[in-house]
Amino acid sequence: MIAIDFFYLLVGLLFAATAVMNLRDRGNPRRFSTALFWGLYALVYLAGERLPPLAAGLLMVAMALVAGFGLVRPGRPQAVPEAARQASAARLGHRLLVPALAIPIVTMTGSTLLKDVQVDLFGFAGALLDPKNLTLVSMGCGAIAALALACAITRATPLQGVREARRLIDAMGWAVVLPHMLAVLGLLFSEAGAGKAVAHIVTSFIPMGSPLVACAAFCVGMALFTVVMGNGFAAFPVIAGGIGIPVLVGVYHANPAVMAAIGMFSAYCGTLMTPMAANFNVVPAALLELPDKNAVIKAQLPTALPLLGVNIVLLYLLMHQ
Amino acid sequence: MHTAVNLWPLLGIAVVVAGFLLRAHPVLVTIAACAVTGFAAAFPVAHILESIGSAFLKTRNLPLILLLPLAAIGLLERAGLKEHAQASIARIRSATTGRLLTVYLLVRELAAAFGLTSLGGHPNMVRPLVAPMAEAAAEARIGKIDDALRQRIRAMSAATDNVGLFFGEDVFVAFGAIVLMQTILRAEGLEVDPLHMALWGIPTAVSAFVIHAWNLRRLDRRIRWAAMREAGPRA
Repeated sequence: MIAIDFFYLLVGLLFAATAVMNLRDRGNPRRFSTALFWGLYALVYLAGERLPPLAAGLLMVAMALVAGFGLVRPGRPQAVPEAARQASAARLGHRLLVPALAIPIVTMTGSTLLKDVQVDLFGFAGALLDPKNLTLVSMGCGAIAALALACAITRATPLQGVREARRLIDAMGWAVVLPHMLAVLGLLFSEAGAGKAVAHIVTSFIPMGSPLVACAAFCVGMALFTVVMGNGFAAFPVIAGGIGIPVLVGVYHANPAVMAAIGMFSAYCGTLMTPMAANFNVVPAALLELPDKNAVIKAQLPTALPLLGVNIVLLYLLMHQ
Repeated sequence: MHTAVNLWPLLGIAVVVAGFLLRAHPVLVTIAACAVTGFAAAFPVAHILESIGSAFLKTRNLPLILLLPLAAIGLLERAGLKEHAQASIARIRSATTGRLLTVYLLVRELAAAFGLTSLGGHPNMVRPLVAPMAEAAAEARIGKIDDALRQRIRAMSAATDNVGLFFGEDVFVAFGAIVLMQTILRAEGLEVDPLHMALWGIPTAVSAFVIHAWNLRRLDRRIRWAAMREAGPRA
């Protein structure tokens, strides 16, 4: 069986390579602390469940401190000059899109057609793809196929691929771990009962007697929490735990997939309306030299608000599917 | 049995809000919110660290989506993927600003739905290409455009990129938000198929396209009025 652990191992090795390449890069002003950060992250993937929870917790705190005090910096990897890239783009044309499209195609094939395929090879019998993590494993296979195709089309080695991956990881820096840490915060919220607290407050102010009111409270709550927290990933666990699961699923027997999908899209309506999501809403205003730094948000309001209304109606109509 | 609900864990949410308002480092804000939430729930320190640790291990599937394609995408970028995308967008010929941005919205949303979120973005697509092309389309129709209208067109170009990205990517089965939702729901004892979540995102994705395209038509109408005002005194 192709299990998810194989891909954890690959990602661990990728982070280890990122750490080593940064350590040896004298162009990086913070090469030791940068290597430490990626090295610790590599440990999370290489050791995985063998790591005691307490050690993993300390490790995350250490990573947060290294990143939070600005000690993770990009190195100075060799770049291909723009003219060379343009020439290569003109030569390869649409062929460049083939490897990129292989990822979604393999992912879809793996998670639909190969879902129930069983193999019997070398004494191993069972499912071909890990059924518990079917989409992720399919996507991992897609990524490997894409790398092979990219090497063939651009006549590069897989090692060059690792160097390019390091360049991109370097460019993203600590932003790579932010969604992961926000997910940890989300799980901690539900363990500490933040969802229950939200549910308590919401149900004592808004009567959840009608399913339409519950749908509206859920979608608007998602959007509002995203506006104040600046990130849908932080808002989702709170509102799903507070309204989505206890009220929509628990009382009105909504389909959890519909609740989750429309809930997350309601959170995105909030992202379109908040200056807290600076990367999407404030930075572009500066990039485009707009004197009003909320100009992009103002342009997005006439799309975000009606869409939030549409989400409420869609959730109400589709939740019993 | 507890009958009163403990409201203290909500302090963690307050920490996130305060942290982002004060523009503190997001990673520090997150870890501080973890600590405050844990203390507010009266967990001992070791228990907080263990909870954080096991959650950190449990959610390590989330970054896979971002990381696994990087080697292939990096090689393609080295071979000019972004330059190719820019050249393709630059070839869009469209009579009006609104229609040009609608085509870009469609391309951006479809590409994101196929997981190609890096083909776009404000620094490498909107500023160098989309916004100047949108302005040029308006200038071609009415000659000189005033500052207010120019800024409106630029803001709409950035908005179009955001709308296309947000409402396209959630339709892709392996996108991070879907894995996050699956992990959170699994912790609450609900097993959900990622394929179904991606599927139920489609009605909203289509609605987002329709609503934003309609707003782009309104932008065209505004440009037409500006053209008539320009032409008015001369006639």
